[in-house]
Amino acid sequence: MAASFKSKRAKAKPAISTASLPDIIFILLFFFMVVTVIRELTPMVKNALPEATEVDPLGKKSTIIHIMIGAPEDPSLGTSDRIQIDDAFIEPEQVGIIVREKIVAMLPEEQPFAKVNIKEDIKSQVGILTDVKQELRKVNARRVVYATRPGRVE
Amino acid sequence: MAKGKTRPSTTINASSMADIAFLLLIFFLVATKIEVDKGISVTLPEWTEEKVEIDLPPHNVFLVLINSRDQLLVENELCPLEELRERTVKFIDNHGRDANLSDSPEKAVVSFKADRGTSYERYIQVYNELKGAYNDLRKGYAMRTYGKSNMELLDSIQRRDILDTYPWRLSEAEPTSFGGSN
Repeated sequence: MAASFKSKRAKAKPAISTASLPDIIFILLFFFMVVTVIRELTPMVKNALPEATEVDPLGKKSTIIHIMIGAPEDPSLGTSDRIQIDDAFIEPEQVGIIVREKIVAMLPEEQPFAKVNIKEDIKSQVGILTDVKQELRKVNARRVVYATRPGRVE
Repeated sequence: MAKGKTRPSTTINASSMADIAFLLLIFFLVATKIEVDKGISVTLPEWTEEKVEIDLPPHNVFLVLINSRDQLLVENELCPLEELRERTVKFIDNHGRDANLSDSPEKAVVSFKADRGTSYERYIQVYNELKGAYNDLRKGYAMRTYGKSNMELLDSIQRRDILDTYPWRLSEAEPTSFGGSN
């Protein structure tokens, strides 16, 4: 009895306005638009890529191993070029073993198509790149891509 | 509801707001370009313990050197980057006309050597030009022979033919370290 009495009174109350609902959705949309950064891992080294025109697409994502080379972002780690694989600094001599491990972890049918994507900073030097390439040759990971930005059109 | 006369309605019709939100959402969905990684593909030579000695007649070898101060030396003379592509094309596509340049594209070898202290930016610039020279030659040949400059549009036999006519022969020597580097 009491319930029916209450509901009768509630009918007189105005409905909650839903006019602000789109605003809330907007705010959410803008928040995610601003915050989203599409990136696979956090670079710990400086990573300004050089420009080039003669580029090929990288191909299938699952067959690509990323290596970053550059001076550390953290100035307390010095200014000499370092190598980053995943989330750690790697010495040049270890590159081969780590890349080999990553290739072995791939699907067997994808292993022959494994590619190493070298993202090197424009300010760094060729010396460290050579060391990395020698290590890659030793473990027979010979398909290499120098990551670049799309360059000037000629 | 009976109050309508005394208190006029203050609500704005907001049902179209959702449509506007959708429209914007769809616009950003369509307009957003997710950066696709691209780069210069290289196939490294097989690892060998012993040094490989290559004996080629000097006119078939195109020497490209960069020192630790990013200066470009082509066939023992300084050369600005802008001229590199043109000179490389001329060297490869010589077909024995000039005795100082290559006998044929199959015999032409571009020898590229940097210093350990060369900046990566310069290295990629030069590599890009050398690769561009080969790509220009291949595109030109594809246009003349098959009427299409885009390699993607050709079948595998035609592609094979182009790659055989202008084979990628770039020999990259291990960098020296005269300039000092870290």
